[in-house]
Amino acid sequence: MKDNLIQYILGIADNSLILGQRLGELTGHGPAPEIDIAITNISLDLFGQVRSYFQYAAQLSDKDITEDDIAFLRTEREYVNVLLVEQPNTDFGYVITRQFLFDQFHYLLLSALQQSTDATMAAIAKKSIKEVSYHKRFSADWMKRLGDGTKESNQRVQQAVNDLWGYTNELFMLTDADKQAIAEGIGVDVTLFKKEYYENVAAILEEATLEVPTQAFFQKGGKEGVHTEHMGYLLADMQYMQRTYPGMKW
Amino acid sequence: MTTDQVNIDEELIPILRQVSDPEIPVLSILDMGVVRKAIVVDEVVEVSITPTYSGCPAMDVIGEDITAALAHAGYQAKVNLVLSPAWTTDWITPEGRKALLAYGIAPPLTATADKKALLGGEQLVKCPQCGSANTEMLSQFGSTACKALFKCKECQEPFDYFKCLT
Ligand SMILES: [Zn+2]
Repeated sequence: MKDNLIQYILGIADNSLILGQRLGELTGHGPAPEIDIAITNISLDLFGQVRSYFQYAAQLSDKDITEDDIAFLRTEREYVNVLLVEQPNTDFGYVITRQFLFDQFHYLLLSALQQSTDATMAAIAKKSIKEVSYHKRFSADWMKRLGDGTKESNQRVQQAVNDLWGYTNELFMLTDADKQAIAEGIGVDVTLFKKEYYENVAAILEEATLEVPTQAFFQKGGKEGVHTEHMGYLLADMQYMQRTYPGMKW
Repeated sequence: MTTDQVNIDEELIPILRQVSDPEIPVLSILDMGVVRKAIVVDEVVEVSITPTYSGCPAMDVIGEDITAALAHAGYQAKVNLVLSPAWTTDWITPEGRKALLAYGIAPPLTATADKKALLGGEQLVKCPQCGSANTEMLSQFGSTACKALFKCKECQEPFDYFKCLT
């Protein structure tokens, strides 16, 4: 039961960790100072949330581990984030679209997780949702600005939507850890808000004068530890310090 | 059981008042509302602090500063971080709001006004330099996650607005 809860926590926290890392890559490289700052702040929020989750997981674990071990010292197959969040920062259209598709999900997830029977999970959700509501506004605003902007911005963000769309379905697939956590009242059944998610996303895309893709083919694997070719590079970058200087502290 | 109630021993207040938010040095952590509990139990001060934002890098420093301030006053302290109930900008005291303003940061509006200002573009945030409401938002995120970046169109100065969190 405890091991399952740890696995369930990773299923939630790894998404924020890997997305936070992706966003962190943009620090100092954003297209404008305001956006650079916003993206760095969102990254920081996500890392803060991850720390709460990982501290809890480390505390539950029988092994003598810390939050840093969980964050930095696992192998690629042990990360269970969805493929969506590991997709690269191809251009600003992709950065915003990836964020938008994730924020819309993240918000609904945390809304439900606030009712978790596990007091710590509920407390983390209550804390995090306040921050994520700002992320959600930011990414939705930019979807509209890019979609309803120039011909060029519209085309490029539409391209990103089309490319990333195939990764959205994985958000709603239940792992064994999910199923057990749901049965125990700790976990959230994400399939219950799948319809709401796609409706919310479609409404914003429409307002942004963007087309909702109709493709039926979806990618999956991240939740089972099977990642895209981008993940290895991301981890090499993220784990470099801890691997090179084991136990290094700030 | 969680509670919004703060529980701080009278004798500890002057000590804790000296500890400030490292990012806003004029603001005492007590006026910031991050200290939820500080009571003496068996000669050890048990302190609970709550983060303003999850990623707030200041929390570790605040914890150390509290321990140091209490040690200086002859107390041993045990500081722990609590997440629930989650911090809200309503916990900033009137003195805290004054300190923010004097420091050049516009204090948070009410939740409704905040939404209108940040989303609807309504001119409700007043410039902390000249007091004019003729201001515009430059970015929903400012120098730190808890602030938004504004500009005063009257005196042309940019400034931070402390976003409402309820
Ligand atoms: Zn002014």
